[in-house]
Amino acid sequence: MQNQTAEKAAKPAVTSKTSNLVQSAMAACLGVFVIGFVGFSHLEVVHNAAHDVRHANAFPCH
Amino acid sequence: MFRSIVFSAVPVGIITGIAITLMQMVGTEPLILKAETYEDAGPAVPESAAPAEHSHAAATPAHDHAMPETEAEAHDAAGHDHGEGWAPADGFERTVYTLGANVLTAIGYSLVLTALLSMTSFTFGWRTGLFFGIGGFASVMLAPMVGLPPELPGSPAAELAARQTWWIATAVATAAGIGLLVLRREAWAAVLAVILIAAPHVVGAPLPPAGVEPLAPLELERRFVVVATVTSFVFWALLGALSGTFLKRLSPSA
Repeated sequence: MQNQTAEKAAKPAVTSKTSNLVQSAMAACLGVFVIGFVGFSHLEVVHNAAHDVRHANAFPCH
Repeated sequence: MFRSIVFSAVPVGIITGIAITLMQMVGTEPLILKAETYEDAGPAVPESAAPAEHSHAAATPAHDHAMPETEAEAHDAAGHDHGEGWAPADGFERTVYTLGANVLTAIGYSLVLTALLSMTSFTFGWRTGLFFGIGGFASVMLAPMVGLPPELPGSPAAELAARQTWWIATAVATAAGIGLLVLRREAWAAVLAVILIAAPHVVGAPLPPAGVEPLAPLELERRFVVVATVTSFVFWALLGALSGTFLKRLSPSA
């Protein structure tokens, strides 16, 4: 959130903070991937299996 | 951090997924099943109707929309969906797949919510989680449903890819707008947030083709919108509060 790019100093605290941000971003990407697969996949089989959930979540369907 | 987020999101997703499946079984599910009886029996769209599949509706003149067991079976035997590919059989099997999809969706959303929460400087806990959950509800339910309301099977709609693109763009823009409002105090951030949240609706959602009527009655459609929205709100409140709680317990820095 705090985009202090000027703070390039290799302090351990800063490094761990950056690493935490990267790891959080990776977790978020994994989540987006899972949602995309269940709710937005065009595969007929996936659509049919998750059909009622797609309707209930107002994901675009059919 | 990655491990904490995953270890938090998985149990949260399982709990929320189970709770929401129970709610759907008494809420949205009966409405979807009822709408499908209209979809199967209703005015068959010529190009999509496989004649063999719709003959069962004609063969049972006393077509009861309350859908008793025998009708459900006939419905099932004819293949309930769109005549393409495999679909879970109605009843237990269908509920199991719905449960699985709900749990996966909840895990996915919890991963994103927990990750975003962990990036901020807020104190983790059920209350911050709850507010993040309400932000999620606004972003992926309220905002997209302004243009693309939850639909019952058999509702006319624009091309799928166009709707998915608008839906995703709206959810992301709304989430970014809410994020700006919460995290930045400057005036420009507020102006940008208002623009981000309003823009998708100025552009407008892809509209269904003109002159095509939904197969299910309006009253059923309206009830579905209300039930789906309330269920989603409970989903997000639960998901948010649980995500905040679990992250607080599992976070290495807490």
